[in-house]
Amino acid sequence: MKELSLNILDVAKNSVKAGASLVKIEIDETDETLRITISDDGCGMKPDFLQNVTDPFCTTRTTRAVGLGIPLLKLQAEQTGGELTISSKHIDDHPEDHGTVTSALFYKNHIDMTPLGDVCGSVVTLIQGSPDIDFLYIHKTPKGDISLDTRELREVLGGDVPLDNAEVLMWITENLNEQYNSVS
Amino acid sequence: MKSLAELAAIRERMKDRVVLREGQGDIRVVVGMATCGIAAGARPVLSAFVEGVANAGLSDKVTVTQTGCIGICQYEPVVEVFEAGKEKVTYVKMTADKAKEVIEKHLKGGSPVAEYTIGSNQ
Repeated sequence: MKELSLNILDVAKNSVKAGASLVKIEIDETDETLRITISDDGCGMKPDFLQNVTDPFCTTRTTRAVGLGIPLLKLQAEQTGGELTISSKHIDDHPEDHGTVTSALFYKNHIDMTPLGDVCGSVVTLIQGSPDIDFLYIHKTPKGDISLDTRELREVLGGDVPLDNAEVLMWITENLNEQYNSVS
Repeated sequence: MKSLAELAAIRERMKDRVVLREGQGDIRVVVGMATCGIAAGARPVLSAFVEGVANAGLSDKVTVTQTGCIGICQYEPVVEVFEAGKEKVTYVKMTADKAKEVIEKHLKGGSPVAEYTIGSNQ
């Protein structure tokens, strides 16, 4: 992947597929490190699946038996000296409190660091693809925070207008871009 | 700053219009957005379709959706166009610029752009 924002888009889609109603995407940045955490309240994974989830031959896709999303993110984190951790609670074992947390740590100044890229584009793409589930996006930078909560937008739109309405998507893009401009 | 008040204004504007939900348009544009598609550049292709369809005033007629892996990863980004009563058109190795052309000639004009289809790229 050319941008970490594309990994975010790819991995967050696993949360959508797991039937999550809320997907949290957090980016925590310091001068030296960048941590991406994607957490959801989806169905979670059983311990045996979780153990093999970074194996490219472990996948939920049905068109072929290769899944590269998680292995790619792991590689990109590790090549900067960072790491990938995943924890998960399956709905069968934890009926009240299930879901998955995927977290990747990167050392930003490493020569093999993948640039973060257009995260706004990924957030908007996720909302366009799954307008009925909620996304909470928080990016903490040393200069200030950027955030977007679709639950707040939904409250304003009041169920009359879906989140994948073109004007709403444009509003979200501009809102995020303006927030980024104010911390750059 | 894009304020919540502006979002409320969008709601007001939409009040008198029937807001179409997914799958209600006559034409369905489906963009492959699995790992393979995303890595090959599907995100800007999808954005080009979402923005282009709205700007061309085709929102009532065309629905843009995402799907998983279509199974022809070497041809990604792949875009399929479904239209009732017509054969499916599969565009391969798409870019945002090609998407603009497809909106203009195919979605608006009614004739598929043959050179970007899978038949011309094998």
